[in-house]
Amino acid sequence: MKFDFKTLDYTAIAAPFISVVLALLVGSLFILLAGSNPWEAYRVLFTESFGSMDAFALTLQRATPLVFTGLAVAFAFRCGLFNIGAEGQLYMGGLAAVWVGLTFTTLPSYIHIPFAILAAAVLGGLWAAIPGILKAKLGVHEVINTIMLNFIAFYLTDFFVIGPLHGGRAGPETARIVESARLTRLMPPSRVTTALYIALIAAVVVYIILFRTKLGYEIRAVGLNAAAAQYGGINVAKNIVLAMMISGGLAGLAGAEQILGLHTRFIQRFSPDLGFMGIAVALLGRSHPFGVILAAILFGALNAGGAAMDRLTDVPRELIVIIQALIIFFVAADQLVRRFLKRRRAA
Amino acid sequence: MNQILELKNITKRFPGVVANDRISLDVAEGEIHALVGENGSGKSTLMNILYGLYEGDEGEIYVRGEKREISEPRDAINLRIGMVFQHFMLVETLTVAENVILGSEIRQGVRVNYRRAVQEVERLSQEYGLRVDPHAKIADISVGQQQRVEILKALYRGAEILILDEPTAVLTPQEVEELVRVMANLKAQGTTIIFITHKIKEVLVASDRVTVLRRGKKVGTKVTAKTNEPELAEMMVGRSVLLRVEKTPAEPQSAVFAAENLAVEDERGSLRVKGIGLEVRAGEVLGIAGVEGNGQSQLVEAIAGLMPVKQGRLFLNGQDITRATPLQRKRKGLGYVPEDRQRRGLILEYTVADNLVLGLHGEPPFVRYRFLRHDRAIQRNAEELVESYDIRPPQPNYLAQSLSGGNQQKVVVAREFTRTPKLLVCAQPTRGVDVGAIEFIHQQIIAQRDRGVAVLLVSAELDEILSLSDRIAVMYNGEIAAAMEARDATEKKLGFIMLGGRPEDFREEREEGVLDEV
Repeated sequence: MKFDFKTLDYTAIAAPFISVVLALLVGSLFILLAGSNPWEAYRVLFTESFGSMDAFALTLQRATPLVFTGLAVAFAFRCGLFNIGAEGQLYMGGLAAVWVGLTFTTLPSYIHIPFAILAAAVLGGLWAAIPGILKAKLGVHEVINTIMLNFIAFYLTDFFVIGPLHGGRAGPETARIVESARLTRLMPPSRVTTALYIALIAAVVVYIILFRTKLGYEIRAVGLNAAAAQYGGINVAKNIVLAMMISGGLAGLAGAEQILGLHTRFIQRFSPDLGFMGIAVALLGRSHPFGVILAAILFGALNAGGAAMDRLTDVPRELIVIIQALIIFFVAADQLVRRFLKRRRAA
Repeated sequence: MNQILELKNITKRFPGVVANDRISLDVAEGEIHALVGENGSGKSTLMNILYGLYEGDEGEIYVRGEKREISEPRDAINLRIGMVFQHFMLVETLTVAENVILGSEIRQGVRVNYRRAVQEVERLSQEYGLRVDPHAKIADISVGQQQRVEILKALYRGAEILILDEPTAVLTPQEVEELVRVMANLKAQGTTIIFITHKIKEVLVASDRVTVLRRGKKVGTKVTAKTNEPELAEMMVGRSVLLRVEKTPAEPQSAVFAAENLAVEDERGSLRVKGIGLEVRAGEVLGIAGVEGNGQSQLVEAIAGLMPVKQGRLFLNGQDITRATPLQRKRKGLGYVPEDRQRRGLILEYTVADNLVLGLHGEPPFVRYRFLRHDRAIQRNAEELVESYDIRPPQPNYLAQSLSGGNQQKVVVAREFTRTPKLLVCAQPTRGVDVGAIEFIHQQIIAQRDRGVAVLLVSAELDEILSLSDRIAVMYNGEIAAAMEARDATEKKLGFIMLGGRPEDFREEREEGVLDEV
């Protein structure tokens, strides 16, 4: 489709930026309440996330898994599905990746890494297919099932990490995966790896699937109006299952990134809620792949800069969580406001 | 008569359009004033300004001779102006009386005095002849009764000027007659009514004066008794309109579609189509008349493959399609204009171009290498159809939701009619569509028939059935109550059977309904 500037909804693009600014403004009130200087805190937050090459590298490293989980949640959103199970799918993906990384010790890197990544995507996708099938065939709401499956994934991976895959050392973690399965670091000493490229490629692929293929047309149609999709000869059940599988596969990639790039082993409950943060990233990115990248970088920056703020000022890092929550709040509120405006405008 | 309301030079601009362009309107006390115009002509906008939902950019409002600012509905209510919207605002789980008093309850301490409320509702419904049971739950009463509750709500709040926004759009012909009676009663009690519609017949039956709007401007005001259908149609559309469809006698060929002993259940599992047999031949229009809710919706949805068949069989071109998927049926030559374009027929958040390929989106030339969209082909298809079906605005990249109802319907019709169908199922093809578009859609249906397509037309509008059909079947309570050649059918005869009368009991000299007086 040709790009038509007249039909572009500028408010839709401007709104997330306004939400972030509002969140920072209200956040500064909290900093004042805590008895600190917001200007100083935000200065540190910024310089320690974008101010130097090292800082920016840390931001990118924190952003990478969020791109994957953000894409996962966004993709399901496009089909009208709320995948709260990205966290569990991430763990299943991580489990597959660590198993491949530990088991196949003789493979060359250029086969071993793609193999591990693929295994992660497949297991994450299959894990998400379960709620997908339950939704498509029995009409069971996916929110319930994805939450339930999160817990199963947590304890299942606990079992493997403490049991069959335990590394023999004291902690609840596996042994380290072999060198050939580890992702290459792009700018040592930072831990940014080639996963960054994979994340960007994944975003482009998601964009192409959603907006340039028949599959994307059908998935979005189901998400927007399932009755009309059915009328248009679209198999609604099939598309729901497919959308959940692709969503789960993307979340599985986040698990692979954590295992193959960051930890090089599976540590019990390693994820700092990356799957749940994916919901926030998808919301802020308006379920658009490129929006997701920007939102992931923002959340990565808050994470990276927040740690430094904690170290260098007397503002606690919990404040970052408050700001993240405020961003979500303003994104949600903004959609309410926009819906209200639309209703008044409709004549 | 005294002037109770005067609007002077009301102007309202929305981004890109002037919805009301210096519209003036005067309404006399105790009259029924019809406000007509095509969709998007600015009727609802004007009334929403009067009711305080929108703020006009320019212009003045005088109520009972005094200039007034109405910036929210509360102001309007205080001026004794009430409005009944097309989409009702009722709480389904509450009773009629509870809904009427909602928001202005009669209190006794902190408790609501329900008994007083019931008395109040009974008093009002007697006074104005609005029969409705105050204890009934909204969910259990008909749409016509729900509308009466909305009117009661306005009266309860003291309305003396009552705005009815397209009140007949949701009603069956019988309920329309009832509403016309209710309006006469209200008028007799001194209520002034502003009545929005785009159906000229209702204007002629129900109103004292009529004001016509077109594209945001006032065309003129007429005394109803001194005008007629062609004149009003021309004022609305801006050119003379063919109210009758011109067509030659049908030349039907062999049967294209057949249903044998078809039974269909609705979502709740109750039997709505009870063993129907039908046949539609190439080159003819079979019209199915009937009061809505007698199984027509389930019949067409089952034919389209969107509802499971409980019993019986369906044939298209001699092939059994009883269990075929919607896509398989499409490929065999089924075109389907669903009765609810917004829920079924369109994806409102998709562009016009994307909607014009819905159902064809998986087939060449709209797809390359079996999975990639071919945007240029989609665009070209849209440009052609927008032009040949006169879809306005002619912008393939606009979202379907930004189009008026009539143009949305043209998108559906364009898509379904151009895939060279063998069987066309059209359910309520002109519902909520303005006069100009109705004329166009009717011509297209006849053109398809003349091309040798078998057309199954389901409509609640008897005019439409009578002017388009070659054969007519009447559906009542899930069965075909009667079938006849179109030349043997009259409006009265069909109406009689639609209400459950037996065809053999029909006499030409039956008592006349209100709508027949025209």
